Amino acid sequence: MNLLDPQGPVAAANSTILVDSVFIMLAIVVPTIFAILAFAFWFRASNTKARFQPDFVYSGRVEMVVWAIPALTVILLGGVAWIGSHKLDPAAPVPGTGSPVRIQAVSLDWKWLFIYPDQRVATVNTLTVPAGAELNFQLTSSSVMNVFFIPQLGSMIYTMNGMVTRLNLRADNEGKLQGLSAHFSGDGFPDMMFDVNVISPLAFPDWVASTAKTDAVLNEDSYKKLMQQGIEKGRPTYRLEDPRLFDLIATQHIPPGPGPELVSDAGRSHSGGHDAR
Amino acid sequence: MLGKLDWSAIPFDQPIPLIAGGVVLVGILAVLIWVVVKGHLPYLWHEWITSVDHKRIGVMYILLASVMLLRGGSDAIMMRIQQAIAYQSQGYLPPEHYNQIFSAHGTIMIFFVAMPFVIGLMNLVVPLQLGVRDVAFPTLNSVGFWLTATGALLVNLSLVIGEFARTGWLAFPPLSELSYSPGVGVDYYAWSLQISGVGTLVAGINLVTTVLKLRTKGMNYLRMPMFCWTTLASNLLIVAAFPILTATLAMLLLDRYLGFHFFTNEAGGNVMMFMNLIWAWGHPEVYILVLPAFGIFSEVVSTFSGKALFGYRSMVLATMAICVISFMVWLHHFFTMGAGPDVNAIFGIASMIIAIPTGVKIYNWLFTMYGGRIRFATPMLWAVGFMVTFIIGGLTGVLVAVPPADFMLHNSMFLVAHFHNVIIGGVLFGAFAGFEYWFPKAFGFRLDERWGKLAFWFTFTGFYITFVPLYIAGMLGMTRRLQHYNVAEWRPWMIVAAMGMAVLSIGVICQIMQLVVSIRNREALRDRTGDPWDGRSLEWATSSPPPVFNFAFHPDVRGEDAYWDMKVAAQQQSLEHDELEYRDIEMPRNSPTGFVCAFFATIMGFALIWHIWWMVILGGIGAFATFVVFAWRDHDEYVIPAAEVAAIDRVNLEERRNLVSMAGAI
Repeated sequence: MNLLDPQGPVAAANSTILVDSVFIMLAIVVPTIFAILAFAFWFRASNTKARFQPDFVYSGRVEMVVWAIPALTVILLGGVAWIGSHKLDPAAPVPGTGSPVRIQAVSLDWKWLFIYPDQRVATVNTLTVPAGAELNFQLTSSSVMNVFFIPQLGSMIYTMNGMVTRLNLRADNEGKLQGLSAHFSGDGFPDMMFDVNVISPLAFPDWVASTAKTDAVLNEDSYKKLMQQGIEKGRPTYRLEDPRLFDLIATQHIPPGPGPELVSDAGRSHSGGHDAR
Repeated sequence: MLGKLDWSAIPFDQPIPLIAGGVVLVGILAVLIWVVVKGHLPYLWHEWITSVDHKRIGVMYILLASVMLLRGGSDAIMMRIQQAIAYQSQGYLPPEHYNQIFSAHGTIMIFFVAMPFVIGLMNLVVPLQLGVRDVAFPTLNSVGFWLTATGALLVNLSLVIGEFARTGWLAFPPLSELSYSPGVGVDYYAWSLQISGVGTLVAGINLVTTVLKLRTKGMNYLRMPMFCWTTLASNLLIVAAFPILTATLAMLLLDRYLGFHFFTNEAGGNVMMFMNLIWAWGHPEVYILVLPAFGIFSEVVSTFSGKALFGYRSMVLATMAICVISFMVWLHHFFTMGAGPDVNAIFGIASMIIAIPTGVKIYNWLFTMYGGRIRFATPMLWAVGFMVTFIIGGLTGVLVAVPPADFMLHNSMFLVAHFHNVIIGGVLFGAFAGFEYWFPKAFGFRLDERWGKLAFWFTFTGFYITFVPLYIAGMLGMTRRLQHYNVAEWRPWMIVAAMGMAVLSIGVICQIMQLVVSIRNREALRDRTGDPWDGRSLEWATSSPPPVFNFAFHPDVRGEDAYWDMKVAAQQQSLEHDELEYRDIEMPRNSPTGFVCAFFATIMGFALIWHIWWMVILGGIGAFATFVVFAWRDHDEYVIPAAEVAAIDRVNLEERRNLVSMAGAI
């Protein structure tokens, strides 16, 4: 999951900016650290060769330089930040080959649901995408906040209940990547990691066809079961009954997920007395 | 009768908190019994608990911070061990316990370690540096301290009665709302911060007023020591920012207690509003902490280089620039929430702009050392260690201010490493430097240098061994607050970080040893002159420890380094103003108001957490009545007769004459 080993254009651009910014700053940070250590060493009290200048307490020239150095660095980096923010806006299009794939991601307690409205399939905790195509994500949450993040594809984004965020990515190389939630969301949070299978664009329709054959159906009822708090160890797949399911979730037609069950399970007695409701 | 409170609140099935709580309880009881049996209780009551002396209150703040540092540090050790072993396993801490630990660690370290430590140092030193006899509102000062202690007590109570928040140290809704956190954890969190927040606000108002209104003759703004300037900036930020925290938590509490919908998912609540509000307080908060540290380093670098601070006016400008700009950058905490590119870019650039005055400060310290005669006493070691460490933290901080870089690093272990880099490398190093530097002033004897230096080197190296691996783990995509993980490439770094934590702990042990050894050897380490470091500002012009009235005469300030100028003048003209006319001095009387009020606030806070409504009313009335009684007081001052002042001051003057004549002989 090395950030410096990007597998798509967004991650590549992000990490280039990251590395460039570090080098721009190192250009002044390294000499400054060196100067601190050198001055501290040379002007030690026991060094009789060092000239004692107790009256050297102001110099207009030095002040100009010390205000100018960080200011110039910030001007340079500010340019990087301005251009980078606009070019790499998560909602900005990321052109790819073939037609874009629409994916609607929902963070649940504590698993990821990926809905493919055009293909009419859905998966939990695995994201299968064709290499080279633009991936248009729409994201929301069934309950608490989470952050959708595939480190090697770049830019993360929050998921929030009743709201839709947008993110466009592209995966360039076939292979297996990993994604995670980057915002703490409760007891099952560490298990919100998900697999990302990047497959060839030719294999993608086959994957859709085989997934569409599953018996499990995703509709309001099965979604409500899915959004109960819990950890999903398997990788279930669904046939999507209603392609507007995501809109129903995002507009709160399906109410937000419940919290912990009222009857607390065994081993959770350290939860501060009984439920308040 | 007891609201939600029953026996199930005590975690009998959880050995770790039960044993930890038990040990602490036995420790407290042992200390209490010792105090009572040995007959120290009247002394404690009259000299400390009811004291309104700013020096005593400062010392109590620092004591509170030190004790809580051990608690927060134990949490940190547990977290590092958990992440070192929880690879493809659950480790030894279940999620509901681990999540409490990291939430408590953050809350304690910010609110009950860093805050009381810097407020304690400001309390102790600022009136002395300004050449005055006390802060503006002495009794209010005591109230502020005891309310902070109440907050700390409630947080620690959650260890054995109920639970602490499992939401992270900022308790983001909707996770912190009743539907997702039905337990009392978030209530413990919110009420402790509400109560201690009042204490902090009171301390802020007090110190702002002190700096603005109580300066000795000739101490105009541009002659104030740098630490007074940073105190002013930091407390202005407290006064401006803490009400935001109080309001935000009040809204969260209304949601939880009365079914409001400020931040809920349903009924028009807006979680993004909480994010904005909490960071509108939270970002100034980090500057509230680090500005006083900058002030401490300014004093330390200048004193131990034997030079006045380089570019003093430039430093003042930089301090006030940071004070203002720190209010305009809060959005950088959530670049990844989907705000547009213009908003992200503007807040990114604003965040970088803070690096300019901060950089200027570093360079001015650098040029203070240039041409100096640097003595590497322990405080100076912390200062040089800070300068190196803080620059690296500054670099990573500016890096995450670049939005596209933050899109990869937000909430990652890289971020965790960054803010520990600036908070440990900045605030904590500063607090330790200030502790070593002003300890002789507070207690009349210096601290052992050998143990102090050991403590520095272990803490310094331990810091790097702990947090460089976290930077690397962040670059490998690791996010924060993971109770377990399955990614093999993260594991080695977590193990190294745990080892670093062990080295850091040795640093803390050295610091405790330093205290023990120094107290034992206090006669040998005695500071008779009141000026052990050849200091430059007015706190060194009085004896160590200073008399309760600080100065027999209000010092007359004629330049930037007030005491240094006096020493130079004294050497030239010899220190002879033979017959000084001592006058009676009026000082504020001790008052139990703070302690009693905090006692009732504790009852009220505890009752609110557990919904014990009759007790809430009792505590509320008690706290209010305390203030009414205080407001109706007849005598608020007592007089120290001139003869007594003279007796105390002549001893001090004698020591000082010897010092000057000795320096003159050299």
